[in-house]
Amino acid sequence: MARAREPLNFAQQLDRLEEIVRRLEGQDLDLDEALKLFEEGIERLREARERLTAAEAQVKQVLTDHAGRLKVEDFDG
Amino acid sequence: MGQGLDLFAAVSTEGAWTVTQVTRRARAVVEAGFPPVWVRGEVSGFKAWQSGHWYFALRDRSAQIRCVMFQKDNRRLPAPPGDGMQVFVFARPTVWEEKGEFRLTVVDLLSTEAGGLWQLAFERAKAALAKDGLLDPARRRPLPRYPHRIALVTSPDGAALRDIIAVAARRWPLAELLVVPTRVQGDGAEDEICAALGLVCRLDGLDLAIIGRGGGSREDLWTFNHERVARAVAALPVPVISAVGHETDITLCDLVADVRAPTPSAAAEAATPDRADVLIELDRLGARLARGLAARSGRVAERLDRSFDRLTGTLERRLERHRHQLAGLAGRLDALSPLRILERGYALARDAEGRVLKRVAQFPEGLAFRLRVTDGEVATRVEGS
Repeated sequence: MARAREPLNFAQQLDRLEEIVRRLEGQDLDLDEALKLFEEGIERLREARERLTAAEAQVKQVLTDHAGRLKVEDFDG
Repeated sequence: MGQGLDLFAAVSTEGAWTVTQVTRRARAVVEAGFPPVWVRGEVSGFKAWQSGHWYFALRDRSAQIRCVMFQKDNRRLPAPPGDGMQVFVFARPTVWEEKGEFRLTVVDLLSTEAGGLWQLAFERAKAALAKDGLLDPARRRPLPRYPHRIALVTSPDGAALRDIIAVAARRWPLAELLVVPTRVQGDGAEDEICAALGLVCRLDGLDLAIIGRGGGSREDLWTFNHERVARAVAALPVPVISAVGHETDITLCDLVADVRAPTPSAAAEAATPDRADVLIELDRLGARLARGLAARSGRVAERLDRSFDRLTGTLERRLERHRHQLAGLAGRLDALSPLRILERGYALARDAEGRVLKRVAQFPEGLAFRLRVTDGEVATRVEGS
């Protein structure tokens, strides 16, 4: 649980990317806005690719201590 | 066991047995004369006591016998039998001394009806879940496309867990797999599972839960047919994949889950996207992004062209209008020219300085002036007046 929350998780990042593509494909957008969206899209695309190639799945174990508090530890099964 | 009593002495009042003695003797005779036997009959007057013991009668057309099934024996059964049910009991015939009652101490009980007690219990629990709407297909939630935190509720040392971890980690490196260990079979397993599911409810940022077990006998599946377990699964705040049943045996846990998977590996596959597929999807989005921008700038250029055309068109039309106006003006100017008037026979008088002479007072005696007529000028002088 001590894991620092990223500003956007992968799902949110992809949602945003899809939204950008949809808006760019839509009709009412001036060139300036389109360029800005395009740049953000490219950046998100790059981040998403990086995440996918760099990450490695983590396995942890959820336990409770004597007071019933949750403990998350590395799992070595 | 009354061995010391002389049966023959009891033929007279002096040798009378006590009630205890005779019932004890009857019990000894019955227990010695009967090995445990299977008995078949119809259940009637069934009653489950607070203590957990079951009391009922077995009967057929012409006889009935009292039965007891103690809690330590009946706890292995999924459900109590109902009145009128045809059953087999495996029992030791005995005499219950306190009541002087011949009865069967039942150690096992099978229903002869289709599927037996297991089926009966299953149907009862299923009906209860259905009544609360927990089996409604509309309740099923879609699985998240790109899950991050996935809880795995299963035995920590089973093959099921190893399979899930192997498949999920290979397919989806962004996964964080949280093992919530619990026994999945045996006495009391349902309590442990309910507790584990309670822990799952307390996890932050969870996207998905998988509840699973490997192979096992049909009876071992029973844990997942407990109504309590099914309700705990239904109460999870995130979508659940159930991978506990067999191809042929669907458990209640499977029925309340959002998705049912035939094996733990299949559950892991259903839970996670494949990294390779997502990378392809990213490429596709990249292409759409580029096309979108190209189309957008193309449209802007087109609009500029159109605006330019409109602008020049307007200018041209305006110029054209001005040209017409000029031509009209020229015509009117022409008509007003004094030369045109002279053509009609009028003459214009001007003095030496070129001033136009319009009044009699401007013509004194002897004044030399010029007359402009249509084809030239004539020099003249005023004579008398």
